[in-house]
Amino acid sequence: MSQDFRLDNVGMVNREKKISFKFNGKKYFGFEGDTIASALIANGVHLVGRSFKYHRPRGFFGVGVDEPYAILQLDRNNERDPNIRATEQEIFEGLEVKSVNCWPSVNFDIGAINNFLKMFFPAGFYYKTFMWPPSFWYKIYEPFIRMAAGFGEASTKHDKERYEHKYEYCDLLITGSGPSGLASAYAAAKNGARVILAEDKPRFGGSLLTSDVNIGNQTGVEWTEKIIAELKSMPNVTVKNRSQVFGYYDHNMLVMSERISDHLPKTQKYLPKQRLWYIRANEVLISSGSIERPLVFGNNDTPGVMLSSAAKEYLKVYGVLVGKKPLIFTNNDSGYETAIEFKKNGVNPIILDTRSNPSSDIITEAKNLNIEIKFSYVVVAAKGYKKVKSADISKISEDKKELFNIENIECDCICVSGFWTPSIHLASQSGNKSKFNEKIDAFVPDKSKQQENTIGSANGIFTLEKTIKDAFDKGFDVSNKITEKNNKVSVPTVVEKKSTDHDKFWCVPLPKGKSYKRFLDFQNDVAVSDIELALREGFRSIEHVKRYTTLGMATDQGKTSNLNGLQLVSDIENKVVPQVGHTTFRPPYTPVSIGAIVGREVGKHSKPTRKSPMHSWHEKNNAIFVDAGVWLRPRYYKQGNEGLFEASKREAKNVRQNVGVCDVTTLGKIDVKGPDAAEFLNRVYTNAWLKLPVGKARYGVMLREDGIVMDDGTTTRISENHYHMTTTTAQAANVLSHLEYYLQLVWPELNVNVVSTTEQWAGAAIAGPNSRKLLMKLFPNLDVSNEGLPFMGYKEADLFGIPAKIYRISFSGELAYEINVESDNGYFMWEKIMEVGQEFQIQPYGTEALSTLRIEMGHVAGSELDGRTIPYDASLEGLVSKKKDFIGKRSLNRSAFISTDREKLVGVVPIDKTTSIPEGSYIVKDPKAKLPNPKLGHVSASCWSVEYDNPFSLAIIKDGKNMIGQKLFAMSPLKNKTIPVEIVSSHYVDPEGKRVRS
Amino acid sequence: MLYINCPHCGLRSQNEFAYGGDATVKRPELNKEISDQEWDNFVYLRKSPRGKHLELWHHISGCRQWIKVERDTSTHEIFKTYKANEAIE
Ligand SMILES: [Zn+2]
Repeated sequence: MSQDFRLDNVGMVNREKKISFKFNGKKYFGFEGDTIASALIANGVHLVGRSFKYHRPRGFFGVGVDEPYAILQLDRNNERDPNIRATEQEIFEGLEVKSVNCWPSVNFDIGAINNFLKMFFPAGFYYKTFMWPPSFWYKIYEPFIRMAAGFGEASTKHDKERYEHKYEYCDLLITGSGPSGLASAYAAAKNGARVILAEDKPRFGGSLLTSDVNIGNQTGVEWTEKIIAELKSMPNVTVKNRSQVFGYYDHNMLVMSERISDHLPKTQKYLPKQRLWYIRANEVLISSGSIERPLVFGNNDTPGVMLSSAAKEYLKVYGVLVGKKPLIFTNNDSGYETAIEFKKNGVNPIILDTRSNPSSDIITEAKNLNIEIKFSYVVVAAKGYKKVKSADISKISEDKKELFNIENIECDCICVSGFWTPSIHLASQSGNKSKFNEKIDAFVPDKSKQQENTIGSANGIFTLEKTIKDAFDKGFDVSNKITEKNNKVSVPTVVEKKSTDHDKFWCVPLPKGKSYKRFLDFQNDVAVSDIELALREGFRSIEHVKRYTTLGMATDQGKTSNLNGLQLVSDIENKVVPQVGHTTFRPPYTPVSIGAIVGREVGKHSKPTRKSPMHSWHEKNNAIFVDAGVWLRPRYYKQGNEGLFEASKREAKNVRQNVGVCDVTTLGKIDVKGPDAAEFLNRVYTNAWLKLPVGKARYGVMLREDGIVMDDGTTTRISENHYHMTTTTAQAANVLSHLEYYLQLVWPELNVNVVSTTEQWAGAAIAGPNSRKLLMKLFPNLDVSNEGLPFMGYKEADLFGIPAKIYRISFSGELAYEINVESDNGYFMWEKIMEVGQEFQIQPYGTEALSTLRIEMGHVAGSELDGRTIPYDASLEGLVSKKKDFIGKRSLNRSAFISTDREKLVGVVPIDKTTSIPEGSYIVKDPKAKLPNPKLGHVSASCWSVEYDNPFSLAIIKDGKNMIGQKLFAMSPLKNKTIPVEIVSSHYVDPEGKRVRS
Repeated sequence: MLYINCPHCGLRSQNEFAYGGDATVKRPELNKEISDQEWDNFVYLRKSPRGKHLELWHHISGCRQWIKVERDTSTHEIFKTYKANEAIE
């Protein structure tokens, strides 16, 4: 199709570069600089979608972010991007877009039957229609709604595009590059302020691109180009186009989304698609302009009905005619500007002005151009289904209540102007309570809440002269406050045509006997009748009316509908608009890609990965890794065809029979130093710490103030005032914060310092009956006999030339030692242990074998210390001192904590000695009891005991102490298993603890 | 995102801090006999004021000091920040 609606010599698109793209599978041509909307209109295409509820035909209504209709789905590099506004997306070679919300095609849409069933779809139809019976929801209603609703389909594939985040600081952020944005940026930049000027469109200038004005003897476009060029050359200024400031957050933090390569055919490898800017600005000038308001009349959603300013922009920026027989329907002078542009380009418009006898420069110019103007006239209804073909028009009485002779005139588009609505969204997000300005029938920002000021038409100022002057002043004032400089630039002279007041009329009454739909919200299909119904049904608060009718709740957030909705409610309720109030504006101002919000924090970058210094050794030796917080730990070392079960069994067995070595670098380590360190530990741990000698370790448990176990670990007295504390891998960060809290806030008089040393030490746990023999070879000069290095002893020694610390501690129930060396020496230590250990049948073991060993000996860990257990529950009550006070002690006296039938740690063995018990199973008395079956407790951890070669689990069950020997059942509804079990002691292996002391 | 003036480091973004709750709560002294009610008040009961609130923040990704911040809970305005041991005005 040729571009029948493209003018030859008008517009800013690049005629040298023709671009082809596909819409609904059909090929079209446009020019570089076109949006999908301008290129399609140039080709005479106006039908691009179907409406949300009634599936009525949808065309183009606006030319930018306010677009409620033309939402398309973009297919690009085999990825889908739904919710693309055709008025914003620029075309590029190979672009493919398609309509959404229609099936099988936009021209023949089965859902359009909803339009004929619209009596069944009144306001609140979701709440009314889909209520009963509840069982219908899942199978019938929800699939129906899902099929009928929605704008496009999100891709289910991984988004391969690159998104970035950037943090920026500036003196002044200016949101919008229209006349006020340019003027204030220029004044502030010249006065030395660090300025960021953000423009959401590809071209700078805002209304200056389309209005017939003169600034400093230059056209609006020329002046824009001059100012932008100068700003770009200044080192203290950042100028960004295609960048939407969409959110105003606390403490002057604003977020901006920059579309870097959305308009390019194929992204370069490292070029991001979008970049999210987090900008902390000292001051903000909101120059986001205003959006034209629609007039409401019958079938005002027909394709071809659009905002008059949009028609003007399509013409002046893109050289595109939205129609060749335009009807301009206006209540103010803006419609005349559009009519004059049509006329200048050889198209004859007809103006219907609701006012009876207005006069201004612009009206005089239109008259002089012989444009046909009908005063006191309105459009009653648009005619035509998929495109406007004609309009029913009528003269209207002075009180605007009565229509006279309705006549039909031919037209192919209706350009409406119901005056202007300032875009106060950002000011409102900042916390600014807006106020109603009766002169313009709209809300404007009130007192600044944060460091923000609103300028230009966003502040309800609609003359260029005042806009420019105010903006120069504001730019200077704000910059002066920050830079304390006084470089003032002179304000240029402005020539513009004088305009006059708008008519407060906005909604055309229905003619007798007609029931045309008159739409307020074009994206959510909310008509005048829906609001009337909601009010009849008793909804009063505007917040309720909004939610009941879904007015303003679509992806355009009611940019074109909110104010007309408020007007209607206030008319019906006989109130003034400020009494009705308005709903709250929340970020984002425009839709933002999830990808942009996530940024680079995807896949491997979503969190840091911590690896021990021995990691590469584990990799070389077939370790299968597991995530332990942000650490990667070997879960098991695979030999041959082994799976997890066989490998971990082999590794654990080897510990019990020979000797094993496990990487324990990940354990949290905290240095506790100072003369009051012993006293501090004595308050932090439940057991006594004052008499621990130098060179000895002790196991300790710490509680939260509410008596719940927080963490456990060993702490060793390295020297008089120096303790080495270990924590579990998971709680390391919390424990450090906990200790700092008490030292800094509760007991500042204690002379103690704590610091994390987790990263400083590499740790290897050596466990098994052969471990002493191995140690003798690793440290030939050290006395490692039971007397020389007893259980819970500590020694420093030399490991083949490097300094090492040896702790005789055990988490496996076997004779065991933990060796720590400086991180850089970790790999060396590990290799030496493996090398020397060969003759003692050493094998490395992973976390799975580690768990098996600790479960068998009944040593509690994270799955028992789950934030619900007190020491008694985990059988740690022996470690609770009765003599001294400590953190959380007072809570242990609370009635629930001293009750005798509390759940307590026990061991569980299946009667058949073969069936493994799933973790999380319930322990019950009677598996056939009526649901909900009263449970005695739950299985916290399970393993295959290598000592006895049968399954063994730990469980925490009611009155556990007295349940030993009972025959009960473990039930797992998830695994659909019921297993007869016997309750045994949690100390399944070596209950007297002889081995660790051997 | 809040902009918090750490008395040790200066203005820093909220994402460097962890929230620590009400700063006016005082832990009962060690070894002191107190009623269940007093202890419950300390462990569990917190006011949730609308308006000025003195609260704890921990500069975990900075100097690791616990600080006190006087903040309006509804507007998020921060009036003053204090070191842990500083007297509150
Ligand atoms: Zn700090």
